[in-house]
Amino acid sequence: MITSQQIYLDYQATTPCDSRVVEKMLPYFTHVFGNPHSRNHPHGWSAEEAVEKARVQVASIIGAEAKEIIFTSGATESNNLALKGVAGFYKEKKNHIITCVTEHKCVLDTCRHLEQEGFLITYLSVQKNGLIDLNELQKAIRPETVLVSIMAVNNEIGVIQPLTEIGKMCRDAGVFFHTDAAQAVGKIPINVDAMNIDLLSISGHKIYGPKGIGALYVRRKPRVRLQALINGGGQERGMRSGTLPTPLCVGLGEACALAQKEMSEESVRIKALSDRLYTGITRQLTDVHLNGADAPRIPGNLNLSFAYVEGEGLMMGIKELSVSSGSACTSSSLEPSYVLRALGVEEELAHTSIRFGLGRFSTREDVDKAIEEVVKAVTKLRAMSPLWEMVQEGIDLKNIKWAEH
Amino acid sequence: MAYSSKVIDHYENPRNVGAFDKNDLTVGTGLVGAPACGDVMKLQIKVNKEGIIEDAKFKTFGCGSAIASSSLITEWVKGKTLEEAQAIRNTEVAQHLALPPVKIHCSILAEDAVKAAIADYQAKAAGSIDKVK
Repeated sequence: MITSQQIYLDYQATTPCDSRVVEKMLPYFTHVFGNPHSRNHPHGWSAEEAVEKARVQVASIIGAEAKEIIFTSGATESNNLALKGVAGFYKEKKNHIITCVTEHKCVLDTCRHLEQEGFLITYLSVQKNGLIDLNELQKAIRPETVLVSIMAVNNEIGVIQPLTEIGKMCRDAGVFFHTDAAQAVGKIPINVDAMNIDLLSISGHKIYGPKGIGALYVRRKPRVRLQALINGGGQERGMRSGTLPTPLCVGLGEACALAQKEMSEESVRIKALSDRLYTGITRQLTDVHLNGADAPRIPGNLNLSFAYVEGEGLMMGIKELSVSSGSACTSSSLEPSYVLRALGVEEELAHTSIRFGLGRFSTREDVDKAIEEVVKAVTKLRAMSPLWEMVQEGIDLKNIKWAEH
Repeated sequence: MAYSSKVIDHYENPRNVGAFDKNDLTVGTGLVGAPACGDVMKLQIKVNKEGIIEDAKFKTFGCGSAIASSSLITEWVKGKTLEEAQAIRNTEVAQHLALPPVKIHCSILAEDAVKAAIADYQAKAAGSIDKVK
């Protein structure tokens, strides 16, 4: 149950739908309920008008044209469509795709699927700061490469990949560039032309819009072609059939419009809050590591490792904060975060990580309460941590022969 | 994931947190688990002349279930002979705390910690007898 004391600090998982967005959506559930694809009566025309306005709003935030926006059910579908759609369409000519090990599971799993179908995938590793090495990318591109898919902002650690450089490299090589921008849109300025992006995935619920809607930008000049995943009435230029959910489209459009208008101001405010959180914690606690520290990052994400305190145990101690942990124990696999492991974060530190996500409705009071709770819980848990005790006694944990189980 | 009320109770009010001098001959220390696996337990027993565990302490790095398992087992070993303590099974811990399947390893670790502490105590005791001879 959510109580009034509960503080939401998990804005990378999802965001609340902005009430201004909900307000715009409401008439399209009841009064303006027409099928936007009904071409022969005013009910259809009104719905179509709303959907097309939303398409313009979505296009605008990434510097695209409205015709280049395909509505989908969310970023997972967008990523699936981009990867499988391009792979499927160009498979006679090219069969190689490049991505990176810290991508979202929906990109990695789609790539695994394509591998089973005979495509060749290169998974680029990342540097200690979470960014790909551009030289490695350059080396990986070959004549058979059809697509490079590199996320704009990492969902776990918030680092921003060098989109402009990647885009230029891809364009020079005649390779399509897809970016999963679910965590980036509305947080950093994106321009598909300046960055030479050919395909870009957007999620509604990460930007204060509704869940169940997303978009895929598909470049028209030079044209990118896709094989549809969902066949039917040929909506969305034949790339994604199915009746558009008018209220959700309107919601995504409005969310983009608000984000575009308020992004610069909001970024400054959130940066101040995240700085306050970081310094508030590190001023009182030693051995706290910021994961992905030496890379450009979005302000709303702080992924911290609290050495010698296990992440899930810590989450139990800060139960009034809704945060996310990179620790194994929250999953059934018992493996710590693959993203943190890919950065070279030692397993023991990966087990101690907590992701704090700040956003539009975060307040100074939230942050101050979070600092207080975290410091209290970490102090208590370190006092009962055998690892902390050993380190205080001057024992190097690496010299102990642990019985891994 | 929701925790059982017993896990929450042990997590919030852990029993017997602390440490004994590990060089004390009446103390047995067990250190099990690994930081890379996300849980490490240190469990210590203090054994009196009659061979009864008169006190126990623990420190644990791990999730709430791991902390609760070690807290509970320190309560259970107190007042028991080494043989009785040796006989405590992880399934009893798991059952008492209502641990879900994914957390059973926490109770196994607690059982292992007790066994390791007893082994350490016995090894030290055997060593001291040798010295006396």
